[in-house]
Amino acid sequence: METPLFTYTLRLADNALVLGHRLSEWCGHGPMLEEDLALANMALDLIGQARNLYTHAGSVEGKGRSEDDLAYLRDCPDWRNILLVERPRGDFAFTILRQFLYAAFMHPYFERLAASKDETLAAIAAKAVKEMAYHVRHAGEWVIRLGDGTEESAARLREALEDLWPFTGEMFEMDSVEQALVDAGIAVDPAVIRPIWDETIAHVFGEALLTCPRDGWMQTGGRRGEHSEHLGHLLSDLQFMQRTYPGATW
Amino acid sequence: MYAQALNVAEKAHADDPELRARFQHRVDAEEKIEPNDWMPEGYRRTLVRQISQHAHSEIVGMLPEGNWITRAPSLKRKAALLAKVQDEGGHGLYLYSAAETLGVSREELVEQLLTGKAKYSSIFNYPTPSWADMGMIGWLVDGAAIMNQIPLCRCSYGPYARAMIRICKEESFHQRQGYEIVMTLAKGSPAQKKMAQDSLNRWWWPALMMFGPSDRDSQHSDQNMAWKIKRFSNDDLRQKFIDATVPQGHFLGLTFPDPDLRLNAVTGHWEHGPIDWSEFNRVVRGEGPCNRERLKARQKAHDEGAWVREAALAHAEKRAARKAAAKIAAE
Repeated sequence: METPLFTYTLRLADNALVLGHRLSEWCGHGPMLEEDLALANMALDLIGQARNLYTHAGSVEGKGRSEDDLAYLRDCPDWRNILLVERPRGDFAFTILRQFLYAAFMHPYFERLAASKDETLAAIAAKAVKEMAYHVRHAGEWVIRLGDGTEESAARLREALEDLWPFTGEMFEMDSVEQALVDAGIAVDPAVIRPIWDETIAHVFGEALLTCPRDGWMQTGGRRGEHSEHLGHLLSDLQFMQRTYPGATW
Repeated sequence: MYAQALNVAEKAHADDPELRARFQHRVDAEEKIEPNDWMPEGYRRTLVRQISQHAHSEIVGMLPEGNWITRAPSLKRKAALLAKVQDEGGHGLYLYSAAETLGVSREELVEQLLTGKAKYSSIFNYPTPSWADMGMIGWLVDGAAIMNQIPLCRCSYGPYARAMIRICKEESFHQRQGYEIVMTLAKGSPAQKKMAQDSLNRWWWPALMMFGPSDRDSQHSDQNMAWKIKRFSNDDLRQKFIDATVPQGHFLGLTFPDPDLRLNAVTGHWEHGPIDWSEFNRVVRGEGPCNRERLKARQKAHDEGAWVREAALAHAEKRAARKAAAKIAAE
């Protein structure tokens, strides 16, 4: 039986690793050299966050599982990331818009988590705040450039928004696992983040000449282990070596 | 525009013997030549060729290692590999900037790479089918690159020399990291040891070829030595690399794929068997295992990024126009 703190920490870790993995797929293939480096930077931030969070999750669980055990030896139903982050990388508009939508949520989220009663989570969050501030700025600037760039870039950005929007609702979901932790002063209530996120989105979309879709039906399930077809393929890459050579040290 | 103006000025003085003599005197005195200084056209051309080839090698070199970023066997290795490949991209960036000080644009240089007019290091035309290749590239390929590049920190051209100082520091970190990957494999399970040995078998000879043809056959050596673009011969650097590397491999219990490899007790040098230069020439000519793939991957990234670069430019122009309009309205 997973404890709430374990599940909660794993959700944060899985989001960071899966999105970091998606960003890392761009390495060597970016639209320009400077952006290749920037995408790798953001990927490194997220993988770093994931490592700290997995280590913490392992120690919370108390069964001796390491960061690598958690990352490399779980199958899809045990992954707790939101569906947004497992979508394939798409084109640059898709990648950068997803990064913006995620970072605009995680930046204020980590700001509050830095005051968590769980000291390790608080320390991880305090470091991550600075990283996510850069992601919001960098990705936000690109959303504006693409939205107010050429006809093609604006069209691609609108297409990416149509694709991504139904996956944003899951960031704000709340369940009994997290409610208990919020009440205990350990986790952050995502409802508190909503108005901040809305404002960041409205500001950048305004400059990007992008209309926010009306909130309609939202995708859900990742946090409970109900994933899309894409996560399995991501894991078959990520976990290939550990699965092929069980127990080896690298 | 700027580059063109420079070229015109250049041609007027190209053969001025007095300028040439003064230039050579400065080089001989180990003074650094800076972008706005007079330089012979051949010196400029040689540097543009060498620096841009080096930059292209860094960029194409991201591909064989990038091949393992999503499959690295632990989170620590994944982060280190991603950071390493990112460093290579950073090296490409400083080197393109150093080349730009000689009056060419990055766009022109990239065009030369994509059309096949410019070369990049042939070593990156070999594939990376196994994780051990991530160790082997760090240990051997970066190790060989360092041997070639350390003397370039003293190259007569200032911007290149300064870029190389930073690059060499990072490369030596990569080399240690690569050796450590190989060491972990060599101390691991039989399957891991086999992986390391198989990878050494594939990379050893191509790594030795990285130093270029034997001095007897190298085209550019003498003039480049006089200009202090090059300081040691290909064969000397290759020997230095072999002497440093062979004991490291033996320490790990690995066998080099060269039956003639032996220590000469008199000279203290490791002597190697004949290098198959026909293979080298084949790969340089485009007949290596991955030449087409590598260039196509670069071309694809370039083509797929075109709309992004256009959008960034269009947006910058719109902003500038709006700013100008606002200024006029205010007046």
